[in-house]
Amino acid sequence: MKSLLAILSVVLVILAIWYVAAVPMNIAGSLTQAERGGMEVNPPGAAERRDISGWVLAANNPQAIPLTWAEKRPVLPAPHQVAVELWETTVLKKVTSKRSLVYHAWVTLSATLLGFAIGTGLGIVLAVGIVHSKVMDMSVMPWAIVSQTIPIIALAPMIIVVLYSIGVQGIIPKAVISAYLSFFPVVVGMVKGLRSPDRMQTDLMHTYNASKTSTFWKLRLPSSLPYLFASLKVGIAASLVGAIVGELPTGARAGLGARLLAGSYYGQTVQIWSALFAAAILASVLVGIVSMTERNVLRKMGLAR
Amino acid sequence: MSAPVIQASALDLTFQTGDGPVHALKDVNLDVQKGDFVSFIGPSGCGKTTFLRCIAALETPTNGTLTVNGMTPDEARKARSYGYVFQAAGLYPWRTIAKNIKLPLEIMGFDRAEQDRRVEQVLKLVDLDGFGGKYPWQLSGGMQQRASIARALAFDADLLLMDEPFGALDEIVRDHLNEQLLELWARTEKTICFVTHSIPEAVYLSTRIVVMSPRPGRITDVIESPLPRARPLEIRDTPEFIEIAHRVREGLRAGHADV
Repeated sequence: MKSLLAILSVVLVILAIWYVAAVPMNIAGSLTQAERGGMEVNPPGAAERRDISGWVLAANNPQAIPLTWAEKRPVLPAPHQVAVELWETTVLKKVTSKRSLVYHAWVTLSATLLGFAIGTGLGIVLAVGIVHSKVMDMSVMPWAIVSQTIPIIALAPMIIVVLYSIGVQGIIPKAVISAYLSFFPVVVGMVKGLRSPDRMQTDLMHTYNASKTSTFWKLRLPSSLPYLFASLKVGIAASLVGAIVGELPTGARAGLGARLLAGSYYGQTVQIWSALFAAAILASVLVGIVSMTERNVLRKMGLAR
Repeated sequence: MSAPVIQASALDLTFQTGDGPVHALKDVNLDVQKGDFVSFIGPSGCGKTTFLRCIAALETPTNGTLTVNGMTPDEARKARSYGYVFQAAGLYPWRTIAKNIKLPLEIMGFDRAEQDRRVEQVLKLVDLDGFGGKYPWQLSGGMQQRASIARALAFDADLLLMDEPFGALDEIVRDHLNEQLLELWARTEKTICFVTHSIPEAVYLSTRIVVMSPRPGRITDVIESPLPRARPLEIRDTPEFIEIAHRVREGLRAGHADV
């Protein structure tokens, strides 16, 4: 109960800051509109107001403040505008409609999941190789680290162009970019996890004359699972970012990234913000699903109580 | 008399460290006969654990010869000639007690029915029957250590190597486990090498007590125990017991004096 109160007050504070911030950001536009509509504005004339700060304009024209929260194309839309847009584009639209956020979210989600699966698989395979082969450890690990130092926004167009030139398009390029972002945390976490059994545990396996294969399946893999799940949580969020970034340079017509891009082309800030929120909600749902799986699996394994 | 189970002669082991060589073992000579219960006692750094690890082929001596069942330690390891019990139980938290005991059996390729039969049998040996389905965290520390002994016994090696298995347990539990261990030893007729730093424990359990001293790690005394094999806990109050304990203490002190 106490924690619920704390959570709610944080949310309320954020909403309050948001509403307050929308006033100076949108007031210039609102005043122009209001003046055209016949309202008394101080000082009159858009040119006069150009160099006056938003705060001062708001102080001089308190009657126009409510208008800043109801702009059609605000600089910063008010929270309820975003909420209404979200509601209208998810619940009130058919999911097959091109204007439905559910449709766009699904397009992005499918690339995210495919990319996450590829990234996780690749990450696990690389980690197994790195743990078992010194050569791989020294030759692959540096490249994996280097790969993450390149900004994905710079790399994404090239991946798409290269794949397009060999005839691959659609969901695959996006999934590749999202795999590119998600394999890394999995490699790092899995390497750490596979190496987590202590000396005594590996000695015990040695006394049984256990093969590397048995040691892997019976000791290393189960010991690595807590590390794997921590990585998966980072990885799935990175996958979503990757899929969205993958939609930006292609001029994709569908997906949350396409919604963001279209919104910014046409100055539809409400649409941008609602797409951002849709992405955030999607990410938290995905991370939540991984967390739940983690809790169930680890509890079943006696690793978490 | 048959050939000794363990035969060490002129055994040296030197670790190269940043601060120069450390003589973990120097000129160690020892025979362990079948059915013996040999304790290794000494202060930390005397090489008692290192010697046990050499027998298990977890360390390789730099000089001298060491045979286990007439083979090199590594051959003996590959022939699965010994079970090793560590200071910590080291049970897998994701396996039940029965599944933990099955671990070596699965690795060694025993069939299902045989696995079940052996688990049943060793659980009885360590007095844990009925606990097979429990997870390690549901058991006390003493019970966990018994389960780890059962795991070492499961594949029925003739030699049991124990590295301070009861070191982390309180004295009451330790007494109880010592008593059970003697019973188990009498019933299975295994050869046991037991590392400890407790004098009463060493005297109570052993047919022979090997006293070691550090820098370099070496054997300073080997005491043949005159106590009978059947030993109730009360034997610890007899004059014979106290006399052996005294001799062990003297040996430990002598080892320290000439450092």
